[in-house]
Amino acid sequence: MENYDYLDVKGRIFDIQRYSIHDGIGIRTIVFLKGCALRCRWCCNPESQSGEIETMLVNGRPKTYGQDVTVREVMQTVRRDMPYYSRSDGGMTLSGGESLLQPEFARALLQGAKALGVNTALESMGFARYETIEKILPYLDTYLMDIKHMDPKKHEAWCGKENTLMVENARRIAESGKTKLIIRVPVVPGFNDTAEELLAIAKYADSLPGVEEIDLLPYHNFGEGKYTGLGRDYPMGKAKRPSIEQMEEFQNRIRANTDLFCQIGG
Amino acid sequence: MNTFDATPVKKSERITRLVQHLFAKKPEIEAARAELLTESFQKTEGLPIVTRKAIAFRDILMGLPIVIRPEELIVGSTTIAPRGCQTYPEFSFEWLEAEFDTVETRAADPFYISEETKRRLLAVHPYWKGKTTSEMARSLMAPETLRAMDHNFFTPGNYYYNGVGHVNVHYDRVINEGLTGIMGQAAKKLSGLTFCDPNYGDKKRFLEAVIISCQAVIDYAKRYSALAHKLAEKEGDAKRKSELLKISETCAHVPEQPARSFEEACQAFWFVQQTIQIESSGHSISPGRFDQYMYPLYEKDLQEGRLTREYAQELIDCIWVKLNDLNKCRDAASAEGFAGYSLFQNLIVGGQTADGRDATNDLSFMCLDATKHVFLPQPSISIRVWNGSAKELLLRAAEVTRTGIGFPAYYNDEIIIPAMENRGIPIEDARGYCIIGCVEPHVPGKEDGWHDAAFFNMCRPLEMVFTNGIDNGEVASVQTGDVSTITSYEDFKAAYKKQMDYNLALLVNADNAIDRAHAELAPLPFESALIDDCIERGVPLQQGGAHYNFTGPQGFGIANVADSLYTVKRLVFEEKRFSLSELKWALEMNYGQGFDEITAKEIALQAAKALEAEGKTVSTEEISAVIREVLSLQLSPEEKRRCEEIRQEILDLPKYGNDIDEVDVIAREAAYYYTKPLPHYKNPRGGIFQAGLYPVSANVPLGAQTGATPDGRLAHTPVADGVSPTSGYDLNGPTASCNSVARLDHAAASNGTLFNMKIHPTAMTTEKDLWDFVSLVRGYFDQKGMHMQFNVVDRQTLLDAQAHPEKYAGLVVRVAGYSALFTTLSKSLQDDIIKRTEQGLNR
Repeated sequence: MENYDYLDVKGRIFDIQRYSIHDGIGIRTIVFLKGCALRCRWCCNPESQSGEIETMLVNGRPKTYGQDVTVREVMQTVRRDMPYYSRSDGGMTLSGGESLLQPEFARALLQGAKALGVNTALESMGFARYETIEKILPYLDTYLMDIKHMDPKKHEAWCGKENTLMVENARRIAESGKTKLIIRVPVVPGFNDTAEELLAIAKYADSLPGVEEIDLLPYHNFGEGKYTGLGRDYPMGKAKRPSIEQMEEFQNRIRANTDLFCQIGG
Repeated sequence: MNTFDATPVKKSERITRLVQHLFAKKPEIEAARAELLTESFQKTEGLPIVTRKAIAFRDILMGLPIVIRPEELIVGSTTIAPRGCQTYPEFSFEWLEAEFDTVETRAADPFYISEETKRRLLAVHPYWKGKTTSEMARSLMAPETLRAMDHNFFTPGNYYYNGVGHVNVHYDRVINEGLTGIMGQAAKKLSGLTFCDPNYGDKKRFLEAVIISCQAVIDYAKRYSALAHKLAEKEGDAKRKSELLKISETCAHVPEQPARSFEEACQAFWFVQQTIQIESSGHSISPGRFDQYMYPLYEKDLQEGRLTREYAQELIDCIWVKLNDLNKCRDAASAEGFAGYSLFQNLIVGGQTADGRDATNDLSFMCLDATKHVFLPQPSISIRVWNGSAKELLLRAAEVTRTGIGFPAYYNDEIIIPAMENRGIPIEDARGYCIIGCVEPHVPGKEDGWHDAAFFNMCRPLEMVFTNGIDNGEVASVQTGDVSTITSYEDFKAAYKKQMDYNLALLVNADNAIDRAHAELAPLPFESALIDDCIERGVPLQQGGAHYNFTGPQGFGIANVADSLYTVKRLVFEEKRFSLSELKWALEMNYGQGFDEITAKEIALQAAKALEAEGKTVSTEEISAVIREVLSLQLSPEEKRRCEEIRQEILDLPKYGNDIDEVDVIAREAAYYYTKPLPHYKNPRGGIFQAGLYPVSANVPLGAQTGATPDGRLAHTPVADGVSPTSGYDLNGPTASCNSVARLDHAAASNGTLFNMKIHPTAMTTEKDLWDFVSLVRGYFDQKGMHMQFNVVDRQTLLDAQAHPEKYAGLVVRVAGYSALFTTLSKSLQDDIIKRTEQGLNR
């Protein structure tokens, strides 16, 4: 008899968003797990970073972020959109934060979605031991992995941690062949917004077996108000968003120099 | 599998110019029809009504000034001025006289009227005094019905003041057999009547009227043939000259004879569409399945190389323009309920054939493209969706939705067909359904559905539970007892049901009275000729000649009633946060918001009536003084705080539209209070009543006549539209709203349900977005939702959302790589999105 214990696994989330159509295939429900290992300066979800339950001012009113729930409870929401997943090949996406900081919970959530027969995706930078990641792969259809920079020092300076573990994990995930791996790159002014730096990431992605797609995500300052709501300074100051022309130039360079399908956004 | 060519055809430049010409001036009221009708009726006094109607129809078609507008390929205009309208004093005229001086300046659908036209109308109106359908209908109603209408429980305004319309006729028969075919059928029937038939006389005069009216339409077309010929003689431009000669030839042949080409079929279609609307002022004359009945000649011409797809598209586009040339002036109150100069000429593509195969063809695509080309409110274009729908067609429909025009409306075969079968319609006819007007399923060419028979405000009976049937100081409904004596939720619901049942019976009384008035005073021989089985049975449509007969009044306010019942269940009886008496007080106090002028006036009138009941007289000055006093009344700070506290507790409750089962099951029950009793009632045409759940735009004006409701809604604000959640109460995104709405029993509302949804254009940008949009519709339909339409919101709406966030809490926008609720974003981000929307406006 199948074991349903995973339904009782508990974890901490800060939001569930339905009818998300810009985070993977089809119509998706995104479960946002709370807590992150990095502190990227451009992060647009600062309320996701701390693993603690916290309060943020939204339009002047305090709102609590962080809620401890079981997989069973999350699935009650996820399953509500079954008809839309089946029509669109959609499903559930885990986002964060870094979901892998709650590895048991993340695995149990993915297992829960698979038990419903829906497509699963994970947005993560792979900040965990590979042994941990390996346990979730059987339940994961698409891994949307962030690689922000190839230089460990620069990565540490902007994100708070070196990238060595994550870059290595990308290769091992790719070599496992157990999931579809897509590389995503936030294009951040002053950090990696040169063709050389982006090409370095793209070439690495191109060298990974089975990886066919890289998405460039232009920096935006939409999270700025949230920093104010949390009583924090906005680390990016007045940094400007990359222009469409600049993004297209990067896209063209990557297309010309790799075999990857490259899109802006995604 | 069926095959089709979905390749889009470019819009011709002619179409742009036709549209410009059409919208060059404000619409105008013309007097010619009213004069011709009156003169004709004065000559035919003493003849049977159906004969008089046929002769008047002929006299109007022979006398109405005709015009061919520049560059038109499809001809036939009811007024000289583009988008003008004629008047129909045989149904009602008093309102127009009363509104002569305001009709040009009113907010909803203004019309220009010249002093000359006013004079001409005033000259003929006296003839109609005491002879209109509205006067007769009134005389046939029970006193309780008139009282209920005075107290705004429902309004049957549509057919009370106008013709009925709301049909789809046999365009296919006119195209394939010509009007001579129809006249031949009538003549054969006439000669075959048995001498001892008890209704010989009635049948004879009706069949004769059919022949007169068909001949009138043939002769009307020939006037256009002559005019086109005359214009061609004077025309200098060789290309236009040949077009005019072609028009002349076409109008000499159709609709008299069967159409020989797609082009002739288009012109035959148009004469039918136009002249039905000259015969009567009924709106929602719906072309229905245009892609189906126009297809055989299109296919034949294309195969024989006599037609290009480009020319076919241009002709269809021309018809779309012409559908906007017709217009109708309604009374001020109705104009608000049907705002937007709409004639609701519903045209539907796709769906299934009678034997259950996918019906998509080239024309299905070309019709959707025509809407994109013309970009005007008519026709009301719709699409039938079923499990076997061609995906290409759904994607093309999504592309039209993306433009923000609000079309097409999406309909679900998988629930509409069984809902129709449940009303006794065999599956072959149900599979052939089209949509009439807003959302009403209908058997083409075989039905008199009397859709849109009245607006019923489901919130008013709820108010009566609190007031024990008293409204404005007098008994206006059944008395269900002092609300404070109700001791359980079940008893509260029982009281509401009693209020509903009582007023539904009065609604039936009103509709049946109006039905009889049309039967006696307004049989329409031409319309009847084109609907089965009028000729076969020798009976006009208005007297029950159709194969299927229904009466379909529409209820609205489901969301308000559902959320109100939930308030009573949870806060009064389960959690005992306040009593029914205290809730009643909070409602009377409009939740502490103070009294607006409407309420103040109501209170003053109430007081005056009480005094009059005691035998005292009250002057208007005294009433005004009371109104001023009421307006200045202030609740104590304590009372105001308590009112607001009560409202806050109500607002904090879960609401319909958020995919919360315990509220949604109440919504299902609330709808049943309206939908279940109606099919037990019969109409005078031998059919039954069936419920619709849609508001057109009446939820706003009729909401203005409704006090505060226990769902937290303030007095005189709009009630919820159709089956949609209350605007601003659905916070969990589009799939959650869909799930809630799908939880209603749509099959019980076989006269149609209406679900409005707002989507931001940025959620419909890429092809993936469009596919996901299609999946949203299909996911709703998989759960047996019936209809959906989309408002892809523009920049103006976003600005309004910024100013009034409470109204737009459910508005989803695409921010960057993700989507979010617009009102939860910071001001600066909102500004940014608004700016981006502006940039994204290029279509």
